[in-house]
Amino acid sequence: MPLVRVEDVKKSFGKNTVLDGVSFTIEKGEVKVIIGPSGTGKSTLLRCVNMLAPPDSGKIWLQETELTNPKTNMHQMRQKIGMVFQHFALFKHLKAIDNVALGLVKVKGMNRSDAYAKAKRDMQKVGLEEHADKYPAQLSGGQQQRVGIARALAMDPLLMLFDEPTSALDPELIGEVLQVMQNLAKEGMTMICVSHEMGFAKSVANEIIFMEHGHILEASAPQKMFSNPENERTRSFLHKIAELYGESL
Amino acid sequence: MSFFTALYKYLPDFGHGLWLTILLTLIAAILGFLASVPLVLGILYGNKLFKLLCKAFITIVRGTPLLVQLFFIYYGLPALGWHIAPFNAALVGFILNSAAYQAEYLKGGFLAITTEQMEAAYSIGLTKWQAIKEIIFPQAFRFAIPALSNEVIYLVKYTSVAYVIQVPELLSQAKFFASDTYFSLQIYLTIGVVYLALIWVVSKLADMLEHKLFIPGFDFSHLK
Repeated sequence: MPLVRVEDVKKSFGKNTVLDGVSFTIEKGEVKVIIGPSGTGKSTLLRCVNMLAPPDSGKIWLQETELTNPKTNMHQMRQKIGMVFQHFALFKHLKAIDNVALGLVKVKGMNRSDAYAKAKRDMQKVGLEEHADKYPAQLSGGQQQRVGIARALAMDPLLMLFDEPTSALDPELIGEVLQVMQNLAKEGMTMICVSHEMGFAKSVANEIIFMEHGHILEASAPQKMFSNPENERTRSFLHKIAELYGESL
Repeated sequence: MSFFTALYKYLPDFGHGLWLTILLTLIAAILGFLASVPLVLGILYGNKLFKLLCKAFITIVRGTPLLVQLFFIYYGLPALGWHIAPFNAALVGFILNSAAYQAEYLKGGFLAITTEQMEAAYSIGLTKWQAIKEIIFPQAFRFAIPALSNEVIYLVKYTSVAYVIQVPELLSQAKFFASDTYFSLQIYLTIGVVYLALIWVVSKLADMLEHKLFIPGFDFSHLK
């Protein structure tokens, strides 16, 4: 059974159709990277998967639980789906370690000392144990994003969603975040990443999904996607990205 | 009899008046704040009925003069059989007003918070009310501190209006004193200074609170 099954998901905001029938599955341990022009529904698709933006129609399963079923307790299910945000979205009034421990105390109901011990391990995992007592505003963008990853990891999710995790970062800070993500992928974390970091996609993705106008136009292994994309639109998009990043794909 | 001799003689009365002024301010500020929290949450997150009630309350309280409200409570309600002592009548008026204004100031604090904060709270499994309690409200409150302390400063001065419904607060005492001794110039100057001193204390306390609750990222350093 796939870990996540997305079936014919549609979503509009007013008259604007953002997702127009999207389907895919992801197996445990797989990494999928979603690429595509801006405004094509990549972020919305991620927000459908954890029901932050419930789809208008279509179905989504996490293992055997149908998330789109209104009877599903989403607050419970969201613990199993970590999310990392483009602008980090750390809780600004809480220290880094409190950001990570909050869910353990308030959602999982752990006692404080266990929760903080676990939070500390997750901070170590992203290489930030020394910055545990700093507030978000005292950290660099790269550090903030790593706290964001630790906060999601703390809940022991089955799946991690990354919404353009590096696009708000200065170039010299992108590497440290990608490194953490690469380690996660190596450890077998299931990940769906909206990202245009092609180096990352090449090295860890099992599949690249190209989206445009609310559709999946093409989905294939990175090798095939980069060397011989089937769709003309995919080809020209990858071309533009390659020009932008100066990479030969 | 010189002004100071007269003032000395009336000192216990002024002490009592000052005490009432402080009491009115403190109780109205604190109870007003406690009432403003459900008000603002009702406006922002309540169901239709609760939202409507909260908005109606704020519209009425902010839309009518304080003096009219105090007259209504003190002189009007007895017609319905509700006799309220002057101090309590003033207190009711001030609490209602302060609640309405503080709710609006808190609302301003909520507006400063980005959507992603709520999304991030949901994404770790918090429920809506957990997210509001743990994430949104603490931040909104910090953003609202300067406006809230301003409200307390207003309150100190508003309490002088209570004199019109027979509350023997600071201004009333000055009025009695002036009509007894004719030292009008001196006494109004003096209590003006007393109000100024009270407000200085309030603003110092507000600074201390802001300092105590200081968190990097909730100040003006990013605007310099």
